[in-house]
Amino acid sequence: MVDFLGWPLVRQLTGADRLGRGAAAQSPRSRDLEPRTRSADRVVDSVCPFCAVGCGQKVFVKDGRVVQIEGNPASPISRGRLCPKGSASKQLVTSPTRVTTVRYRRPHGTEWEDLDLDTAVDMIADRVIATRRQFWRWEDEQGRRTRHTTGFASLGGATLDNEENYLMKKLYTALGAIQIENQARI
Amino acid sequence: MGRLSGPLHDVAQDAGYEQPPPRMGFFTDTSVCIGCKACEVACKEWNEVPEDGYLLTGMSYDNTQALSASTWRHVAFVEKADGPALTDLGMPGVGLPGAATAGTVHEDQETASGDSAVRWLMSSDVCKHCTHAACLDVCPTGSLFRTEFGTVVVQPDICNGCGYCIPACPYGVIGKREDDGRAFKCTLCYDRLKEGQKPACAQACPTESIQFGELDVLRERADARLAELHAQGVEVAQLYGRDPEDGVGGDGAFFLLLDEPEVYGLPPDPVVTTRDLGSMWRHVGAAAAVLVGVGIASFAGKRG
Amino acid sequence: MDLQNADCILIEGSNMAEAHPVGFQWVMEAKKRGATVIHVDPRFTRTSAVADLHVPIRAGSDIAFLGGLVNHVLSNDLDFREYVVAYTNAANIITEDFADTEDLEGLFSGWDPETKRYDPVSWHYEPPARMSDDDVANIEDVQDGEPVSHEAAQSDTHGSGGSPLPWKGRRDETLQHPRCVFQILKRHFARYTPHMVEETCGIPASEFAKVADALVANSGRERTTAFCYAVGWTHHSTGAQMIRTSAILQTLLGNIGRPGGGILALRGHASIQGSTDIPTLFNILPGYIPMPLAPLHQSLDAWVEDDEGKAGFWGNIRSYSVSLLKAYWGDAATAENDFCFDYLPRLTGDHSTYATVKSMIDGGCKGYFIVGENPAVGSANGKMQRLGMANLDWLVVRDLQMIESATFWKDGPEIETGELVTEEIGTEVFFLPAATHVEKSGSFTQTQRMLQWRDKAVEPPGDCRSELQFYVDLGNRIREKLADSTDEMDAPVLELAWDYPVDETGEPDGESVLREVNGTGPDGAVSSYLDLKPDGSTACGCWIYAGVYADEVNQARRRKPHWEQDQVAAEWGWVWPANRRILYNRASAAPDGTPWSERKKYVWWDPEQGRWVGKDVPDFVPDRAPDHTPAPDAHGPDAIGGQDPFVMQTDGKAWLFAPLGVADGPLPAHYEPAESPVANPLYPVQSNPGRRSLKTPSNPINPSRSEVFPYVFTTYRLTEHHTAGGMSRTLPYLTELQPEPFCEVSPRLARERGLVHGEWATIISARTAIEARVLVTDRLRSLRLGDRFVEQVGLPYHWGGNGLSTGDSANDLVNVTMDPNVFIQDKVGTCDVQPGRRPRGPALVEYVAQYRRRAGVPEEGDL
Repeated sequence: MVDFLGWPLVRQLTGADRLGRGAAAQSPRSRDLEPRTRSADRVVDSVCPFCAVGCGQKVFVKDGRVVQIEGNPASPISRGRLCPKGSASKQLVTSPTRVTTVRYRRPHGTEWEDLDLDTAVDMIADRVIATRRQFWRWEDEQGRRTRHTTGFASLGGATLDNEENYLMKKLYTALGAIQIENQARI
Repeated sequence: MGRLSGPLHDVAQDAGYEQPPPRMGFFTDTSVCIGCKACEVACKEWNEVPEDGYLLTGMSYDNTQALSASTWRHVAFVEKADGPALTDLGMPGVGLPGAATAGTVHEDQETASGDSAVRWLMSSDVCKHCTHAACLDVCPTGSLFRTEFGTVVVQPDICNGCGYCIPACPYGVIGKREDDGRAFKCTLCYDRLKEGQKPACAQACPTESIQFGELDVLRERADARLAELHAQGVEVAQLYGRDPEDGVGGDGAFFLLLDEPEVYGLPPDPVVTTRDLGSMWRHVGAAAAVLVGVGIASFAGKRG
Repeated sequence: MDLQNADCILIEGSNMAEAHPVGFQWVMEAKKRGATVIHVDPRFTRTSAVADLHVPIRAGSDIAFLGGLVNHVLSNDLDFREYVVAYTNAANIITEDFADTEDLEGLFSGWDPETKRYDPVSWHYEPPARMSDDDVANIEDVQDGEPVSHEAAQSDTHGSGGSPLPWKGRRDETLQHPRCVFQILKRHFARYTPHMVEETCGIPASEFAKVADALVANSGRERTTAFCYAVGWTHHSTGAQMIRTSAILQTLLGNIGRPGGGILALRGHASIQGSTDIPTLFNILPGYIPMPLAPLHQSLDAWVEDDEGKAGFWGNIRSYSVSLLKAYWGDAATAENDFCFDYLPRLTGDHSTYATVKSMIDGGCKGYFIVGENPAVGSANGKMQRLGMANLDWLVVRDLQMIESATFWKDGPEIETGELVTEEIGTEVFFLPAATHVEKSGSFTQTQRMLQWRDKAVEPPGDCRSELQFYVDLGNRIREKLADSTDEMDAPVLELAWDYPVDETGEPDGESVLREVNGTGPDGAVSSYLDLKPDGSTACGCWIYAGVYADEVNQARRRKPHWEQDQVAAEWGWVWPANRRILYNRASAAPDGTPWSERKKYVWWDPEQGRWVGKDVPDFVPDRAPDHTPAPDAHGPDAIGGQDPFVMQTDGKAWLFAPLGVADGPLPAHYEPAESPVANPLYPVQSNPGRRSLKTPSNPINPSRSEVFPYVFTTYRLTEHHTAGGMSRTLPYLTELQPEPFCEVSPRLARERGLVHGEWATIISARTAIEARVLVTDRLRSLRLGDRFVEQVGLPYHWGGNGLSTGDSANDLVNVTMDPNVFIQDKVGTCDVQPGRRPRGPALVEYVAQYRRRAGVPEEGDL
């Protein structure tokens, strides 16, 4: 059924908007329009992942997908504001060029290959163990105990969570790895 | 009712809304703009506006060039040699908020190199949501309409891409997306306004250069800010689009500029292109007849 | 947030409006209230555009400029004398053996030309007239025992606390003694005259005077000035000393520990502060506890000896260290086995990232995890980075997008030139996709030390995982594979406390990790670092974070809206230490405990309650009266006097002069960058004598004052992009805003080299040549230094070969010469600029080699 009385022209000719530029011209879509954040299943408090100002973000989720990320007005740091990078956070998260599968390049290979995540982590564990052992040093030149390996290094952490950095340093230290660095040095 | 030029007390009531909410708008204070372009991105993220091409223009830091169907907020960057003279900075609190770019100009800093001192003006431009909006006046489909907030919005479900609105705009704001065929421009986040939320650009703006609110309140605030700047000696500061007596009956989105409008690429004296339409009032009946046809065709199309 | 309380803000070494736009709202807020905003920067940027004053400066000459300001304050008696006498070491008398750069032609006493290191023994305080038994013992330690280490790696290990001093030293509070710090400072900085500033920095005396006047007028009892800096200071071979000069200036002006004052380090990554506090850094453990050094630390006692029992909160180092070992090794850590101290690896030198990359090139390091970084674009001398990666056995890259560091073997610049051949690169590469910030929960620590918790919004797609999950998983697998090992080297892995509950998706519970970081004792989560014990009864993953899980509540998750709180907003997130927002805030009160002024009231002594009270958590022993004098044999916090606000320093005073702990001198001195177009106007020593170089063929250095490389380049960020670009060049909405690399040059340089706006230029250093589009702009000024001009080329560094917009990486031009305190590299260098695009393929290599030959660059690098 079409509600003829709701047609713009009819409204225009019968209402106060005789020029048909306002109320009478409003389309059904416009009439029913609501911000997509309204229908979000949940709103999650987050923090911008770019610089170190630490702006508060509100993440709107619908059907398991992020539909909007915007500033959190309650934050005393940012008062709801975001810079262009922070404003592009949804694009960061939903980017179609994000890589979502493991990629593997074998030694001397010319192309990427697929690799199962579980296999990849297992292979990495094997390599850590082997390289660690290969470059293990119990003592320095003067015979002083070193208990370390220089076989492998790690770079990164400034974009990661504190909890992640904590576990990285803990595991690496237990492994005797010392070349552990992040952007803070760079 | 239905005025096409001159001051208008209540645009929404004029457009047929009974007891509309206050007219809402933007006051963009360019004296505190840091040119970050958060407004451009926040607008695109919210309104799902496509990217507008990757082109280094060489126009200072402006690579989106102008408002268009796919750029609804646009930050202009103007590098301008030789600003006004410097105010003494030795004492606390005598800085020049806003026009402080003047602070870079010092005779004794001039070098024999031929370099000149520079002011870097930044301004976030947007649809003006005119009191008398020619785009709306010429739209044959009723796609462009006046909302209850007094803003001017394209309804994408109505627009048939005829393009009449494009030359009608005295500011060159509205454009057509070629791959889509329809016209697009700033909606002043109509959907957000309905929920009492700020438009995305104003929400993001880090320095409150973009202020959103009731137009009457914004006008008062702008007047105060202008007086403040003038008191500080920033004579060049001026309001643009504030005056209800101007050629478009005042803008729903108006600006505080630190130079002449032309410097920012704004027309110095915009006039609603349909100002003379009033004399054609008697032809409105005919126009309405045309609208009937288009309106039905449009709805039929949707139903199909 | 506290910036809004400043009366003057000096931004130098930072382009705050562009790099931290939302933080910059507080600068604009201050400005609205009448504050003066000054931007000192080589370029006129978006920060300059809204500042009251922009002062162009030659990149790398900041110590000369700041030193000029120090001289201005000292020679005109403009310091905040009451503050300086009471709260700084201005009154301390330095040993007779100390000799200044004035005496030694640009070097300090203790310089060893063989090792290129300082022995700081002559920089020490003169002992007090009356000494306690402890003092005497300490002196004997220094005189007879193992000398206090002055390995450069050591200086950074005391980054938050200052180095331990054995005694408080003799003081002359009239500041008249010729060997007191105040007088030494006066003599040292006397040559930093406005004229010298002009000659060195290109800043006219009239401009210098404007800055000096604004700072002085906005300091003192009633007013405060804040400084903001970022990598514009840290990225220099004299970076630590640049920051020290600002600290000296701010301390002399009485602007530390007070509202609207301080020196803000504007950090560039979401949790770069957190990754320093809970470090993924080679030389420190969580909470700035130094990694043990093989030559010095072979037992728990030896490890904590330097700090233990000294005045101040570092004095409790044993409690912090033992608690960390308990967090790492749990029940296995007992008093009998030194709490597993021996399980810690010991350092034998510089294991920082650039030294490691050289080691990769030399074959000494064969595996590499790159986790949320892109060194092929983001680190200095990209070629060195890629050559290192090409010589690995295996490489793990974890990121959101396919970054250049993962694809160097396929399409890196060296593949194009033929320096590397894909089939010949043996590196096995694993690219593991990572979860974004909304796909995991966890905490970031932002630039003002505030921890903020993020809740997880959605599940990560496909194989994307959090680092938390990856590392727990990796640790579990390694432990399983080694489970049967009896090898002593595997004991630390097998005995590691590594039992983290996971949910149905395999994701560990981040809050359980945060709780471990916070620390636990017999009664559950500890409330503060004062709860930590040296006997093994407490465990704590990071002592400065103790309290973030107080009362078994995730305090970082507090989100009381700012409109329901006062300006300090103490119930939003959690700030280390102890939720304290302004450090050393006891200095916001006068020595007698009363506020310096009503206007700048912040923390003060309430004699009624017998406590420090105010708007913030007092950074002091809460009930320590202003007139308290510690007993001569007091230790740790008990040894803090009522007028010693700098509670992390062993003498409780701000160090105008560093008697220990700074690798390149007790006072800052201006040295030129390793690559400079001019001779050092201040001293006969050209560059920082203690600078660290990497001797490798891929790191050749342009000779200073070379006519072949006559221009200065400096690299930087743009608002629209993020560091190495992986999180911005991949996003359409950001890419369209800055779609291509460019170089910014002055009209004069454009004329000199025939550069055309909008067309191409090639920028050449001894490392390589890159191309970029030209922006000729008045925003880049030709600086006059005496009778010549210095031209500076601006280069944003965000681009590389991948992403939606591509281009040459500016960091490929940058050489690796490092600050000896922190091993951070210069970001400036010298270059030539030519119109047009660079040569392609092997021709590029020959083109750059020709430049090196013409300039007389040694082929072996900086030898």
